[in-house]
Amino acid sequence: MRSLLVFLRNPLGAISVAMVAVLVFLAVFAPGIWGAQAMQTDTSALLQGPSDAHPLGTDGLGRDLLLRTLVAARLSLGMALVATLIGLVFGLLLGALPSVLGPRVQRLFSSVISTWLAFPVLLVAMLTVILLGPSSTSAVIALGLTMVPSFARLAQTLSSRVGGSEYLAAARMMGVSRSRQFTRYVLPNIAEPIIVNVTLSIGGGLLALSSLSFLGVGVQPPDYDWGRMLSEAFDQVYTNPTAVVGPGVAVVFAGVAFGTLGESLAAHLRSQGRGGVLSRRRLGPAPRVEDRDRTPHEDALLAVDGLSVSFPSASGWVRPVQDVTFSVAPGEIVGVVGESGSGKSVALMAVAQLSAAGAAVTAQQLRFDGDDVLDLPPAVMKKRLGTKIGVVFQDSLTALNPALRVGTQLAEIPRFHAKDGRRAAQEKAVAALRDVAIDEPERRSRQFPHEYSGGMRQRALIAMSQIGKPRLIIADEPTTALDVTVQQRVLALLRRECEETGAAAIVVSHDIAVLAELCQRILVMYAGRIVEDLDVRLLATPEKLAHPYTRALAESLPDLDTDRSHPLATIPGEPPDLSRPLVGCGFAPRCAFASEQCRTVTPEPVVHGHGGRVACWHPQDGTPIDGILGEPVVIVGAQTAQEVR
Amino acid sequence: MLDHVSARTDTVAVFLRKRRHGSPWLRFLLRRTMRMLVAMFVIIAVAFFVLRLSGGDPVRAALGATVDESVVQARRAQLGLDDPLIVQFWNYLTGIFHGDLGASLITGRSVSELVQNRLPATLELAGISFVIVLLIAVPLGLGVAILTQGNRRRGAELSFTGITGLIAAIPEYLLGVALVVVFAVTLHWFPVAGRSGPASYVLPVLAMTVASWASLSRIARVEALNTLSDDYVRTARSKRIPASWVYFRHALPNMLTATLTIGGTLLSTMVASSVLVEKVFNWPGLGSAFVDAIATKDYGIVQGLALVYAAIILVITLAVDIVLSILDRRTTLLETT
Repeated sequence: MRSLLVFLRNPLGAISVAMVAVLVFLAVFAPGIWGAQAMQTDTSALLQGPSDAHPLGTDGLGRDLLLRTLVAARLSLGMALVATLIGLVFGLLLGALPSVLGPRVQRLFSSVISTWLAFPVLLVAMLTVILLGPSSTSAVIALGLTMVPSFARLAQTLSSRVGGSEYLAAARMMGVSRSRQFTRYVLPNIAEPIIVNVTLSIGGGLLALSSLSFLGVGVQPPDYDWGRMLSEAFDQVYTNPTAVVGPGVAVVFAGVAFGTLGESLAAHLRSQGRGGVLSRRRLGPAPRVEDRDRTPHEDALLAVDGLSVSFPSASGWVRPVQDVTFSVAPGEIVGVVGESGSGKSVALMAVAQLSAAGAAVTAQQLRFDGDDVLDLPPAVMKKRLGTKIGVVFQDSLTALNPALRVGTQLAEIPRFHAKDGRRAAQEKAVAALRDVAIDEPERRSRQFPHEYSGGMRQRALIAMSQIGKPRLIIADEPTTALDVTVQQRVLALLRRECEETGAAAIVVSHDIAVLAELCQRILVMYAGRIVEDLDVRLLATPEKLAHPYTRALAESLPDLDTDRSHPLATIPGEPPDLSRPLVGCGFAPRCAFASEQCRTVTPEPVVHGHGGRVACWHPQDGTPIDGILGEPVVIVGAQTAQEVR
Repeated sequence: MLDHVSARTDTVAVFLRKRRHGSPWLRFLLRRTMRMLVAMFVIIAVAFFVLRLSGGDPVRAALGATVDESVVQARRAQLGLDDPLIVQFWNYLTGIFHGDLGASLITGRSVSELVQNRLPATLELAGISFVIVLLIAVPLGLGVAILTQGNRRRGAELSFTGITGLIAAIPEYLLGVALVVVFAVTLHWFPVAGRSGPASYVLPVLAMTVASWASLSRIARVEALNTLSDDYVRTARSKRIPASWVYFRHALPNMLTATLTIGGTLLSTMVASSVLVEKVFNWPGLGSAFVDAIATKDYGIVQGLALVYAAIILVITLAVDIVLSILDRRTTLLETT
């Protein structure tokens, strides 16, 4: 019910519901009210144009065209409805069959359906009507038949989706009866797409039936639907051209009504649980960090100050990255660690100017190699950045274009930036592939990404990030999708590339062990903020770590001394929901040391005794780490902490 | 002995596996061609038997009740309708292989001749319309997607969906009628009917293209939006190469495969709607001949033309499958593994 109200609040949904309601009203009541009048012939007013007595004129027997158009709604709509029902019933039966039969039948079945579907509805309907003899009944049967394959296909997809679902398997295991399985689990999940399809089919069926009647193979006189009226009007188009207006408008009105209703229903179902997005006007400007003095970053290659990234949502701006400040020196390898959703990838994509469309990036300062990136117009910025930032993406399968050869994708950079010829660029691409230890680079460069293994694709991506000789490499979870042995090779490769070219690098990972091996400095992110910025050597002496979250991360890192008989420490609780403005420290609900101050005032990152920076009101360094880690209750969610107390 | 047998089965297995891995693309092609031939055979059989078995004398029906029985008998004999059914079917099949599509029940003239005379006009109309639709719809869909991605320009997006939704709901024949009423009968800008000179193409092509153009550009927009949010587009952006290159070299080919799948169906649909549009404009193609044959109950012509239409659609479907498999080798791989 609430869902219906939400649907009606959408203007397109409300309009289409109103239009369909008008049609249904006409179909039910018009023949009763005007049926007799619409049949009344008037020999004194044949083929007249619009007049006061006949707003849409009259036909060849002097009958009023407006009334006939209104009355014809019943036959036009009713035929479409019956045809859709025929298609629906037989389609569902046919679509449910193969799941009962074996896989061979299923394959045969689906190839029959695809061939059947290849034939245009109108052609199949025309031929069927010819076979059955022209009449409204055969037109309805013919059209119903043309709808069978699409409903069967839909039923097939839906039943395989629901049939293979985990909730149904669970219901079966719990011994839910078959009829209850169907009414409670299967039906609700297939009902919605079928309703959408039925609505669209009524609209499409109405148009197709009017076409059949127009051709003279559908409704036969003295009956009339809109198609028949159009056919009669078209025969008299020279004497009375306006006669086509009434039935023509009616057909389009009905087509738009059902089409829009079906589409807005589908859109409504898609958006359920996801929510729409507020318009720009309602959203207002993206939130940004208050002006304050810029943090000086001398000699930094990259200086980021007060960086925030916001996305529009149904309830306003969501800020997955808030007030992030850090710098990277030339040649330095910096790691960024945090759990998924901590904003690390979003922040670095913003640094690389690759944020998704619609994102708002704001910063006090975003300087790269002497340029204020955010102050430059996008076109100029693009030129200035050129190949100076190389990016290694996370999922190598989706990050490479499936339709282009790997060599072509690499060669684009020298072609556009070094203005190399096609051949020279191709040679550079091959050389870059050879550099990352891909065998037979010439042959491989002519292959498509799906012909590569996962490790090879990741190396090809690294080659792509290198080919323009960048000053900064941003690697977004470069090893997450790889197995452990390949991981090591990719990391070694990344480090070697940096050492050879003197490029700086920012490596994002949720795995602090990976970063400990590769980086000189580590930024710890939590809930969109940097909570600690530390020298990697501090990880060897965990008691010197200051932020409780960093300490927990270090604790979850197993080493040779870890007692294998105990489960590894985990951090209970969930990261906060960033769609609401965050008050205080994001980690406070999960932190055992949280005070009232933590929950109300956000801690700023400040220079700390261990040489880095930390954003915490109660830095814990100096506390022996075993003291905290011996008892698993120390780092817990707020709720559990209270229970313990 | 046993070793010997197992060695042989091994060789067979290896051979089979090799053949499986040989060329998935060729296998795909072969399967699709076979599927098309089987479908064609089924259609020929259905067209033949259903029309023969539907009862009554088709020649009598076509010639009317007033014609003398001897004339009906003569025509039946001429058309071979007195042979056993299976002989008739065999003759019909072999005839089709020799390009004989049967004859008119009324005039006795060959359907093949009719097709030769009329097919070019139909292919011309459908072909020109299809190219125009593709040329307008795909770039338009991509353009609107580029402008509206990330929920920007909501107004533009809403008016695009609204206008195209309205246009797509106008059936081809109705638009044809409206165009005739406005531009031919009232304004006299274009000829009302027929195929004589470039001006006579304008209205039929418009009637054919407008609705398809609207629906295809909507589909293209959705496909383009999906493609633009794909990871590899971000990878391409990370190279800071020109935006036009990103859109045309990276996004367009990936979007085309999805759009073309629907485009193939669209081309088939356009062939079907050409029947109606030809009737509206009295276009001298297969469609108007088809409609005339229906009106005069000349089932000889109806049957022959139905086969021609079925063949056109099967060929289109196969052609689209082949083009897609060349553009995107993954579809063939998915199918064969």
